[in-house]
Amino acid sequence: MAEGAMAGMQGQGAAPREPADYMKRLFKMRETGLILIILALFIAMSFASPYFLTWVNMRAMAMAFAVEGIVVVGMTILLISGGIDLSVGSVTALAMVIAGLLFLNGVDPWTASAISILCCAGIGAFMGFFVTKVGLHHFIVSLAVMVIARGACLLGTGGRPLGLYTLPPEFKFVGQGAVGVIPIVIIIFVVVVLAFDFMLRKTTAFRKVFYTGSNEKAAAYSGIRTKRVIFLTTTLCSTLCGVAGIIYMARFGSAQPTFGIGMELNVIAAAVIGGASLSGGSGTIFGAILGAILLSVVSSSLALLDVSVYWQDIIRGSILLAAVSIDHYLNKRRGR
Amino acid sequence: MTDRNAMETAPILKITDLRKSFGSIHALRGVDFELRRGEIHALAGENGAGKSTLMNIIDGILKPDSGEILFDGQPVEITSPAMAQKLGVGFVHQEIALCPDVTVAENIFMAATNMSKRFLMDYAALERKAGEILRQLGDVNPAALVRDLPISQQQLVEIAKALTLDCRVLILDEPTAALTDREAQTLFAIMRRLAAQGISIIYISHRMAEIFDNCDRVSVFRDGQYIVTRNVSETTPSEIVNSMVGRVLDNLYPDKQREEDRSEEVILSVRDLTERSLFRNISFDLKAGEILGFAGLIGAGRSEIAKGICHLEGETTGEIHLNGRRLDLKDYQDSIAEGIVYLSEDRKGSGIFLEMSIAANISAISLDQVSRGGIINERREAQFAERAGRSLNLKYGHTANAVSTLSGGNQQKVALAKLLSVNPRVIFLDEPTRGVDVGAKAEIHAILRQLAREGVGVLVISSELPELIGVCDRVLVISEGEISGEVTGDAMTEENIMHLASISQPRMEAV
Repeated sequence: MAEGAMAGMQGQGAAPREPADYMKRLFKMRETGLILIILALFIAMSFASPYFLTWVNMRAMAMAFAVEGIVVVGMTILLISGGIDLSVGSVTALAMVIAGLLFLNGVDPWTASAISILCCAGIGAFMGFFVTKVGLHHFIVSLAVMVIARGACLLGTGGRPLGLYTLPPEFKFVGQGAVGVIPIVIIIFVVVVLAFDFMLRKTTAFRKVFYTGSNEKAAAYSGIRTKRVIFLTTTLCSTLCGVAGIIYMARFGSAQPTFGIGMELNVIAAAVIGGASLSGGSGTIFGAILGAILLSVVSSSLALLDVSVYWQDIIRGSILLAAVSIDHYLNKRRGR
Repeated sequence: MTDRNAMETAPILKITDLRKSFGSIHALRGVDFELRRGEIHALAGENGAGKSTLMNIIDGILKPDSGEILFDGQPVEITSPAMAQKLGVGFVHQEIALCPDVTVAENIFMAATNMSKRFLMDYAALERKAGEILRQLGDVNPAALVRDLPISQQQLVEIAKALTLDCRVLILDEPTAALTDREAQTLFAIMRRLAAQGISIIYISHRMAEIFDNCDRVSVFRDGQYIVTRNVSETTPSEIVNSMVGRVLDNLYPDKQREEDRSEEVILSVRDLTERSLFRNISFDLKAGEILGFAGLIGAGRSEIAKGICHLEGETTGEIHLNGRRLDLKDYQDSIAEGIVYLSEDRKGSGIFLEMSIAANISAISLDQVSRGGIINERREAQFAERAGRSLNLKYGHTANAVSTLSGGNQQKVALAKLLSVNPRVIFLDEPTRGVDVGAKAEIHAILRQLAREGVGVLVISSELPELIGVCDRVLVISEGEISGEVTGDAMTEENIMHLASISQPRMEAV
């Protein structure tokens, strides 16, 4: 399934035309490492729990990371450009709330979704403005917006979930339907991932994202309009949150103002485990998605093994720390 | 000076057969080194010769694989910088590492406080001591914030910091790289005074003139091996340079402009360029076939003028003409489109993308040449980089390797290749050979001459006067934001340039 597609992509990325290709080998090492860990978990879990390798569980796991995976894509690109966004969870929830309120007030759900996604793009542009024009740090701006957006969610709904029972079936199909056995959600996710992975590796526009994140001043001295790049990556990340929010709404048939609390940690962790650097300039979509898959498999395994939810957080945090430490250590050794 | 002979009985530092390797790379292959008391001992060698590794071992940052270090006659194993400090080794690194938001005095105490066994700070005593140390170094206010000081004074603070530790061996790694000539002279006077007090100084520099004017002895390293130690009075700069590169360099600088290249054709013409706070009334013509130089003290506005012309920084008024056509540039992108480019003086800070590949670095400014419809053709990008690398004699493993794997000189060639990839009509080079070893330096100079012959307008900014005089056909001297004079031909001497550089401009009324 999704994984097969990923492995294919990697073959493409590490084109064997240039075997001495150091940077790509480096990424390849990290990604093969992640794949091996995920495979090991799969094998171990299939022995530990008979339920693990069933179609139902696989599907549930894929659904769990697919929508969040769209946010991971936006976050990875933003991290590469040197930014960060703590507001992704709130903005995703706000997307549901805006679209839900519009729908309840008689707007056609497709139009409501489009307006909601545009609003999220506006929130991203708003943050981008504060970062590039006012000169504040991404961390602070997105922290403030995280709180503001969450407040707006609660304000708009009075703190209660909006039941959207009258959503037309063709809209709910986006979140709940399937083509054959493949859920629509997974299809959307794979298309988004493939598209952005391709663009990030191949297009001049996204190459400028790497230049900007690697050394903003050198990028400016190479004639790249770095502020525009940062503004756009910030906007893109929020826009993808909007898309994710709409898919969640279609899936749950409701808009939940408290949805996505703590999502930013998961998303940033996935990107960083997958090789994105918090100081910008490096990262791949493929790696980040593997990071998301790893976290999702771990969560699902712990749940199946009846590990207490309290322990789950501790284990997830430890995995993040371990993955990043190992990576840092390997990088340092390679650097010598 | 009279008791120097008596003190010379035993060297303060004696190193025998020191070896150190990183993986398969042998950084030091059995190095010997001897430092006498109260001498100024220069270390010469190209980048990668092993000087830094040796110094880092003496400072306890690196551990040697084998070999013996005698400090003051005693065998020692220097396991940490703290231990090196305790022995009395002070290391002033090339990059200034001070806390910018803290006072000079507190910065000086930083190392001393770390060494102190006392629980409470004795500010009064430390401040008194700092005052004493600073007085012998020069005019630095101990209460000033480091961020407000010019680079040269920050360098003095670094030295003061080393001196608070009662150091007996002071290592100075290219301390003059960021200093103007006059500031450097002050530093040399201080070095001689410290040496007279019995402190031994290890002085690392690429500049032969400094070594020969100020040092007692010079040791040469090459490829991790110790080559020779000579008394400065008994050798010549060319002898030292030849033993550094291991071959005979016939000429440090390329030929000057040939008679047949002389032209009256003006490529770039600047008229009355003014930036409110940085420079005023800059007018000059850059002619085809010549290399024009900008000389001046640090802070005189040389880089600012270049950046102003390229529209990288500052709000300028005035006229810029390219081949007789008046330009209306709004930002650096416009400037690049017209073929006017700028090579930054701060290579790591704004010249290259250290962790990105060589190929990606070279095409950063010219992505349209390696892409179609916004899609990058990686093979074409690699070929593009290979071609650029060949034309500049770049030494690299693979174009996909990170630029950080290259030596300083080759990194600079990558930065240069990036700019040349747009076939510029005018190129500004700000300190093009800073931190570049002798061999690569000569190559870069030859490239500049070649560019000028091909009709590219070449303008070089350098703080190293011998470089300007050796490379340029004409030098404009900038002083306090204005052109204070022009020298050419035989009039291009350090004396003339320094004289013009220190002319004070009548202050313009603030607008």
